[in-house]
Amino acid sequence: MSFINYSSREINCKIVYYGPGLCGKTTNLQFIYTKTNPDLKGKMISLATETERTLFFDFLPLALGQIRGFKTRFHLYTVPGQVFYDASRKLILKGVDGVVFVADSQIERMEANLESIDNLKVNLREQGYELDKIPFVIQYNKRDLPNAAPLDELRRQLNTMGVQDFEASATTGEGVFETLKAVAKTVLSDLKRLSR
Amino acid sequence: MMNTQLVMYEEDFKKILAVIQRLVRDANAKGIFVVDKNGQLIAEAGEVRGIDTTSLASLTAGSIAATGGLAKIIGEEDFPVHFHQGTRDNLHITLVGGRIILVVVFDDRSSLGLVRLRVKKAGAEMGKIFEEIQKKAEREAATGTAKSPFAEITDDDIDNLFSE
Repeated sequence: MSFINYSSREINCKIVYYGPGLCGKTTNLQFIYTKTNPDLKGKMISLATETERTLFFDFLPLALGQIRGFKTRFHLYTVPGQVFYDASRKLILKGVDGVVFVADSQIERMEANLESIDNLKVNLREQGYELDKIPFVIQYNKRDLPNAAPLDELRRQLNTMGVQDFEASATTGEGVFETLKAVAKTVLSDLKRLSR
Repeated sequence: MMNTQLVMYEEDFKKILAVIQRLVRDANAKGIFVVDKNGQLIAEAGEVRGIDTTSLASLTAGSIAATGGLAKIIGEEDFPVHFHQGTRDNLHITLVGGRIILVVVFDDRSSLGLVRLRVKKAGAEMGKIFEEIQKKAEREAATGTAKSPFAEITDDDIDNLFSE
């Protein structure tokens, strides 16, 4: 749910990075954090376990600039990917404006990807959203690994809705900003469409 | 899709600010924050310098969401009041009207009893203000008079954000 504040002339939007455990959601945010101008970002918060697995969420506020005199801010969140943290994932999806699904390209993680994208649909529905009606992009992460599944296969299985998708390697940063820009643009276009 | 977009106009903002500025004085609080349940900071008052308000808002919403989930597990609708006691500073967190969170930071210049008492009154006032905001939004949506700064933006405006 975007928040338009006429008083401070700000617009805030919430983007959630979703995907199976260890697919690289936190790594996406960490890369964005390290490569963003300090004036444009807030502190990154990671609520993680001692072994650096996301326990509740990561949070990174970003300022993108101004549109028609309104400061545009994006709040990026990740969900905990591990299956048993489903209750937490549902909470983080509340008020979402756009979703990035981070898929793990490794062939042996295909099942986990499918399970996670189904879980995303179910959890969105519980909040009254449909995945095909909200801004949504897919990122195929870990393309640099030798056991990555062919792109065609990932697309066929995961991108059944034909949304914008990107190849990425979040550890090196390849594709990370392309994904973020795509989802942010889709969110803004959606705001424009809804306000007409 | 649910249309739950929150739009805050200058006049509503001023009303909210007046309530929390008075609450800072009445409750002897250090600082007060009004946060949307989705983690957006709406207003602040008092000694808030040095506090990372964006993180505070996001974590408050996360905490309220988590305890709300806990409440449902044991058959409660919500836990509307939270108190966190520190060695110097304390946090008193209240859920107002199911959508807004009122956060009061206070130290030993005040007391839990005083904060609780003052928050009760201010919370009720705030609840009314947000009810009006909601009604206004619904009226505008129904009559089609809702104006958004996004209605007239162009694709170029959006592209320009990403130009560098």
